[in-house]
Amino acid sequence: MSDEELDLSTLSDAELVEQMHDDLYDGLAEEIAEGTQILLDRGWEAPRVLNDALVEGMRIVGIDFRDGILFVPEVLLAANAMKAGMTLLRPILAETGAETIGKVVIGTVKGDIHDIGKNLVGMMFEGAGFEVIDLGINTDVDEYLTALEEHKPDILGMSALLTTTMPYMKVVIDTMVERGIRDDYIVLVGGAPLNEDFGSAIGADAYCRDAAVAAETAEALVLARRLTSGED
Amino acid sequence: MPGRLRVIACGAIAPELKAVFASMGADAVVEPLPALLHNTPEQITSAVLERIAAHPDDRIVVGYADCGTGGRLDAALEPLGVERIPGAHCYEFFTGGPAFAALHEEDPGTFYLTDFLARNFDALVWRGLGLDRHPGLRDTYFGNYRRLVFLSQRDRDEGVSAARDAADRLGLEFEHVRTGLQPLTITLSRLVAS
Repeated sequence: MSDEELDLSTLSDAELVEQMHDDLYDGLAEEIAEGTQILLDRGWEAPRVLNDALVEGMRIVGIDFRDGILFVPEVLLAANAMKAGMTLLRPILAETGAETIGKVVIGTVKGDIHDIGKNLVGMMFEGAGFEVIDLGINTDVDEYLTALEEHKPDILGMSALLTTTMPYMKVVIDTMVERGIRDDYIVLVGGAPLNEDFGSAIGADAYCRDAAVAAETAEALVLARRLTSGED
Repeated sequence: MPGRLRVIACGAIAPELKAVFASMGADAVVEPLPALLHNTPEQITSAVLERIAAHPDDRIVVGYADCGTGGRLDAALEPLGVERIPGAHCYEFFTGGPAFAALHEEDPGTFYLTDFLARNFDALVWRGLGLDRHPGLRDTYFGNYRRLVFLSQRDRDEGVSAARDAADRLGLEFEHVRTGLQPLTITLSRLVAS
């Protein structure tokens, strides 16, 4: 049977989830939307569909990208496919009040209009169970600080693609220090020209080399902070 | 005594470097590295270091901007005492730093082409980004860009035409800025004299 003839509704749950991993890998948005809907119709809770089918599929994509097996265009197609599944899941997650593990404000820094990496990170944050407030591109320090004040997130995430714009992350962190709010938030930074040394030099809590690492780091740091502060 | 001047440069600017050195009558070897390294900037530093190591007796200048290496190239060159043409982007070599900063400030959503990039748009940009296989990704890559600025080094109609065609294919407004080779000549004159 060719892929074109495959009827997703005839697959068992396990087979369907495995097929969705393959479809994510191949960037097949329609098939991901269809598979997501089938699992929901079979009574799967939205968080389970998100984790088992979509996030796990994107984790595999992330590993192969890191290892040089997949390239940027294929990762973007996979992300677009995941977005098709998220479009179905997001309203259900919001409606059912699915428990979030934290809140993240993210944005690409001032002077920079690149958002491919930032959008991937946002999706992986959502997949990890975070509520994501995305400030978009070309975000100046006032916009970041206003969002922190308004949304009281656990994490501030900043992204930059250009060597000329990445220093702006330090402007934001220095301003947070000046206002005495730096330690109220976990600050994560990422973007192609960055590295760990840069993240550490500007006073971020962590540099995240890709979207999957960003989600794992966010989860670990939020958990650690709650443990040390005595929260549940 | 340092040997011959050798410029290890991105293939995207090698023709212009050669032209400027020739016009100056300077005895310099321009050694190009593949322009496609631009799509994998994490490989630039090691490629440059490999070429430097191959010419221990020459006076080396590196013909790259930071080019997305996030300072790694400079950090690797500093202990070797090797100079680099200053700038964050190679476009600055052609416009001069202040003029490029003004263009970026005017609109951060600007995509730049030089003579070389206009001529090789298909190989380096269209196919390089996989748009030949997945044209639907165009807006994912370029949705936040508004204009394409063609920085031309030579007045050639075919360059302008190729750049305008590229802007159309990317769905961007087209602007043309003639840089010539003067800003690059000034920079290279300083390097040769230093």
